[in-house]
Amino acid sequence: MNNVLVYCEINEKGAIADISLELCTKGRQLATQLGCKLEAAVMGSGVKSAAETLYPYGVDTAFVADDKRLSPYRTLPHFEVLSTLIEEQKPQIVLFGASSVGRDLAPRIASKLKCGLTADCTQLEIGSHEDIKTKKTYDNILLQIRPAFGGNIIATIVCPETRPQMATVREGVMKKEILDANYKGEIAPVKVPSTLDAADKAVEILKREIEEQKIDIKGAQIIVAGGYGMGSKENFALLHDFAHLIGGSVGATRAAVDAGFCEGERQIGQTGVTVRPKLYIACGISGAVQHRAGMEQSAKIISINTDPDAPINAIADYTIVGDVMTVIPQFMEAYKKNLK
Amino acid sequence: MLNIVVLAKQVPDTHNVGADAMNADGTVNRAALPTVFNPEDLKALEMALQVKDQVEGSKVTVVTMGPPRAAEIIKDSISRGADDGFVLSDMRFAGADTLATSYALSQAIKQLGPVDLIFGGRQAIDGDTAQVGPQVAEKLEMPQVTYAEKLLGVDDKAICIRRRLEHGTEDVKAQLPVLVTVTLAARDCRFPNAHRLIRHAKDEVRMTNADAINADMERLGLKGSPTKVKKIENVVLAHKESVRLEPTEASLNELSATLIKEHIL
Repeated sequence: MNNVLVYCEINEKGAIADISLELCTKGRQLATQLGCKLEAAVMGSGVKSAAETLYPYGVDTAFVADDKRLSPYRTLPHFEVLSTLIEEQKPQIVLFGASSVGRDLAPRIASKLKCGLTADCTQLEIGSHEDIKTKKTYDNILLQIRPAFGGNIIATIVCPETRPQMATVREGVMKKEILDANYKGEIAPVKVPSTLDAADKAVEILKREIEEQKIDIKGAQIIVAGGYGMGSKENFALLHDFAHLIGGSVGATRAAVDAGFCEGERQIGQTGVTVRPKLYIACGISGAVQHRAGMEQSAKIISINTDPDAPINAIADYTIVGDVMTVIPQFMEAYKKNLK
Repeated sequence: MLNIVVLAKQVPDTHNVGADAMNADGTVNRAALPTVFNPEDLKALEMALQVKDQVEGSKVTVVTMGPPRAAEIIKDSISRGADDGFVLSDMRFAGADTLATSYALSQAIKQLGPVDLIFGGRQAIDGDTAQVGPQVAEKLEMPQVTYAEKLLGVDDKAICIRRRLEHGTEDVKAQLPVLVTVTLAARDCRFPNAHRLIRHAKDEVRMTNADAINADMERLGLKGSPTKVKKIENVVLAHKESVRLEPTEASLNELSATLIKEHIL
């Protein structure tokens, strides 16, 4: 009762998805601060052994619902099982990945339970809140922090009166970390509710096509990223040459992706992927807060921009003021010379 | 003959935000902002119109919640092919989070009689939450298909949709009624039709308030919203130790050498 619960996604290989492991690490911190247990909800077909891999992340109880109708993921079967589980267990906090699964499931659960849900949080903390009108103070509640409104503000959201407090977080935003390889947790089997029969019939999967992930910039050590300031798709090609030369991957801002300069898989930021490379070269990127949310933990940042006051420069270790189309070739030449 | 609803929103153009964009209580001062038809809602309208093209006699009604000027997107929708639409507009809706919004919308839809299909954009560009669609579906006890990018087929019993997953796609068949949320990858909306524009130029857009949707007033607006804004911070960047370089051969040379020496490159 009143614990922290993480809804765990199962990936295509039948293992727990990275986003869920990241949430378990965050959930463990929150649970420790609150002095409660960390629980996980694992639903699918034959997922008991996957659930057991959660213990090293500090999971005390893994609720496992094992049923053929729960794999692959469909909204209603998962909704029926999870909403019943939450009603029985009454966790104080429930965390979901801000993935195509989490963003499909979490709002429906929040609607059923009439509780709050904050999307795409970039930070989760425990703290207190005083209601200005009623002067009532709420201690040990979840502070849900996210950029809002086009990234012009950072908002802290709270749900003082309703439980559970629910949030979604994008993959890569939180760090996954083994707490203790010998951590002792337990499996608690979940009986699937009878409502599953009807839920099973509503939507049928005719076909699934899983693409081999061609582009994966999450693990790249060096990223050359371009923004709207690159000007065109043709100019963007220079970034590929640059990245190829220095052994990096190409990333982009949402503005660059929206403008059609490159593929959506390369988008970095709040609505894209979050990266932590050892070197991030921002080319023609002004640095909106949503973009920075996805890259500011890079070890070294270089900004190349014509605007000396671009917000990105404030978090850059090196700022080169100049036109990307001139500076990048110069940089490439300088790099080649120094390699020799 | 299908009764189809499209959920649409007029949104502030978040690329042009001024200093007066936020109220003191942390809610958005919508009056101070330029507006656009939420892009994914336009895609949802197009998918609804495709269904109407395929199932004869179907009717498309566009529902929006917002200030009176949101009537602009209803007029726009009708000029593009929607049959009808109305604006849910009432001060009692103000300050609603997604839960209170989805409650108001679902109550409004309940007044329309049995509905077969509901389309909406996956998310609005001013909030990016993607919550209202699934929440309306839950409140109407309808299944949902999110992240739709293509209509594969439809008849008066079921709809087939291609939806986007993180790393692939899924084709699903859903029994009606169902709510579908549509992504930016779906087909662009058809243009306004000149004949329809002229024919409906002087039509008054219907306005509906909280009394007309049989709503529990406790579940509307700020009062019905479990999420509260605790704090708003304008984005101020903390400067870190930053070296400014001129784009000269010498300085780029030095930078490359340093990065190589530090094993970063």
